[in-house]
Amino acid sequence: MKFSFTDEQEEYRSVLRRFLEDKSPTTEVRRLMETDEGCDPNVWRQLSQELGLTAIHIPETYGGQGFGIGELAIAVEEMGRALLCAPFFASTVMAATAILKAGSEDQKQLLLPDIAAGETIATLAVAEEDGTWDGSNVSTTATESGGKYTIDGKKRFVLDGCTAGLIVVLARSANGLSFFTVKANAAGLERSALNSMDPTRKLAQLTFNSVEAELLGKEGGAADPLAGTLDVSSICLANEMVGGAERLRESAVEYANMRVQFGRAIGSFQSLKHKAADMLLDVELAKSAAYYAAAAADEDDEETSALASLAKSAAAEAYMQTAVHTVQIHGGIGFTWDNDTHLWFKRAKSSEVFLGGSAYHRERLMQQWNI
Amino acid sequence: MTEMNEQTVRAEARTWLEANWDTDLGLVEWRNKLVDSGWGAPHWPSGWYGRDLPVGLVPVVDEELDRIGAVGVAKMGIRTLAAATILAHGTDMHKEKFLRRILTGEDTWCQLFSEPGSGSDLAGATTRAEMKGNKWVINGQKVWTTSAHHADYGLLLARTDVDVPKHKGMTYFIIDIHQPGVEVVPLRQMNGHASFNQVFFTDAEISPEFMVGNLGDGWKVATTTLMHERRGADGMRRYAEASDRPERIYREEAEEHAIALEPYKWYPQRAGRVDLVLERVKATGMNADPVLRQEIAKLMIMAKSAEWTARRARAAQEAGRPQGPEGSLGKLAASYVARAANRVHTAITGTESMLTGDDSPMDGVIAEILVSTPAISIAGGTDEIQKNIISERVLKMPKEPRFDTDRPFREVPKNVV
Repeated sequence: MKFSFTDEQEEYRSVLRRFLEDKSPTTEVRRLMETDEGCDPNVWRQLSQELGLTAIHIPETYGGQGFGIGELAIAVEEMGRALLCAPFFASTVMAATAILKAGSEDQKQLLLPDIAAGETIATLAVAEEDGTWDGSNVSTTATESGGKYTIDGKKRFVLDGCTAGLIVVLARSANGLSFFTVKANAAGLERSALNSMDPTRKLAQLTFNSVEAELLGKEGGAADPLAGTLDVSSICLANEMVGGAERLRESAVEYANMRVQFGRAIGSFQSLKHKAADMLLDVELAKSAAYYAAAAADEDDEETSALASLAKSAAAEAYMQTAVHTVQIHGGIGFTWDNDTHLWFKRAKSSEVFLGGSAYHRERLMQQWNI
Repeated sequence: MTEMNEQTVRAEARTWLEANWDTDLGLVEWRNKLVDSGWGAPHWPSGWYGRDLPVGLVPVVDEELDRIGAVGVAKMGIRTLAAATILAHGTDMHKEKFLRRILTGEDTWCQLFSEPGSGSDLAGATTRAEMKGNKWVINGQKVWTTSAHHADYGLLLARTDVDVPKHKGMTYFIIDIHQPGVEVVPLRQMNGHASFNQVFFTDAEISPEFMVGNLGDGWKVATTTLMHERRGADGMRRYAEASDRPERIYREEAEEHAIALEPYKWYPQRAGRVDLVLERVKATGMNADPVLRQEIAKLMIMAKSAEWTARRARAAQEAGRPQGPEGSLGKLAASYVARAANRVHTAITGTESMLTGDDSPMDGVIAEILVSTPAISIAGGTDEIQKNIISERVLKMPKEPRFDTDRPFREVPKNVV
């Protein structure tokens, strides 16, 4: 299971690939990345209602499809390949997973069906000024008064934070770290878009001034759900990254085989062929790590946290290296805005640090292994 | 004839083995019986010691041999490549003379392809074979020849015509190593071991009937040998487990294995011994070094990912799916892993990396890693050749223009040896 996909999974992948090639060509990516919303509502509707993607890993009891992280990972890999502009990672991967892991039964019944249907776009607000994701430096506070909570503080790097209708917020309350849910239209919530280097991934800053919030799950009980959510998110991000890396790698070879200099295709020069072989190795190794980690998450493997960090850093290094090589192989053309390479280059760069940089994840891996 | 399926093959093999396996027999004596029965090499043709068994059913016979504890035919070393080449291209006389003694282990073989002047470019071999009187007379030098010092015969690729393009002027021979014109000299490597040999030919002789294939077809025949070499890459490990039981036949087999495996005893170190890293970094206290922790994590991520990539390739094969690019990357990945492991072992070991032998950690194992990993990116196809193969066959990138294939070999620039 950890080493091969089933025939059904392969079929599912090819359906997704065809859908995304049709709906997310680079002309569409370029159009949507210039908009504030960064998503085509028609495509979102088809993706959630016809393909059921927003429901993949949500159990059937909560209106989901009941598949696993393996299937979720295939979806994000294909989305990474197509550079789909949509709040999928924020809503289905991060927020739904946090609710699944932290919420009470009633809360899951209440919140998840709309997310599964794609009708509610949710997001997860964890990082703050210093951009750490493990919750260690959270200064946002939640204050209880008469059974009601209010949140004060500032969250940054919130995916699709300006368009989400529901925000899952990590805050510090009297008993430690807790998750809360906040409605987008809550009084005292100020949302502003951050200038994202990768315009296909919208980021927001959320400022909470005594914003009314609902406790999600147990007060002070966010540590484990947070860790589990970050593991799933890191594994999904790794899969998204290898999808993008593979697409870049293919484009580099295609270009090298077509571009003529010195009277021959530049792809016939060993300097480029050897680089292309190294790129293939980088991407295939990272794919193996990403697939293995996703399968481990589905098996509740005790190594899942270690593997999440392993896959995240492997994929980040491979994606960025592939992006650098792909620009280089394209030469001057590769540095132009008109050439599509930069779209993936920027996704690679932002993914490199999103959910923790490679050095952080390598250190986390060593700690997970008790070294 | 009964239909060949797993049950019938298993039943038939079991019946024969139960009736014939005898630990009191000598190794050669037993193997001769096994060869006569067709169960020693069951996938070989029925006319030549086999049973025409599909390759997929061979493991069934191996399981039956294992079950009863019977010793199989000799499989170590170059002899399996010799057998495959002779079966594909040899004459009946070759098959008659050589195949049985290959299976019984009485004859040992070596492969005489690489030369000092042609490593990656095997088709550039310059060892000459000239017809003088009624003999082929061989002059030249081969190198990296495993087991030549105890081989009986060699698979020789030699130049028979310099006036045609390089791939067309070579011929394949079987040469008797035990003759005055053949001198075998051990080749000492940078790690101090001498696992290979140089073989010098000075007017060595071959009778015309020991040509394999036609005159000028040497490259084609060599391709068969090389294909089997690649295919059998992990065969070595599979047959490396000799029994430690006390009966004479097991001891004879164990001795055969020990001789055949002797040149490979440093191979684990060549691969970088990633298995030692985590244990050693804790034992030395070097796990407190944050920079080293990063380097170790990088190494382990690469090594694990490479291992999973190999498993992915195998899983695809087992599921009957066409293998993706992941199947062609193992050798290149192994080079990078070994190199990174060398750096990490050096950092863990610190100043003691200056020492060797019993003055260095683990009785010299660490020192041996440090001076052995450079082999892995060269042996069996350099990284550069691997990358050409990957880019041309997997990625379909164009070949580089060549200047050596379309003109007489005489005119092609060569190394001065």
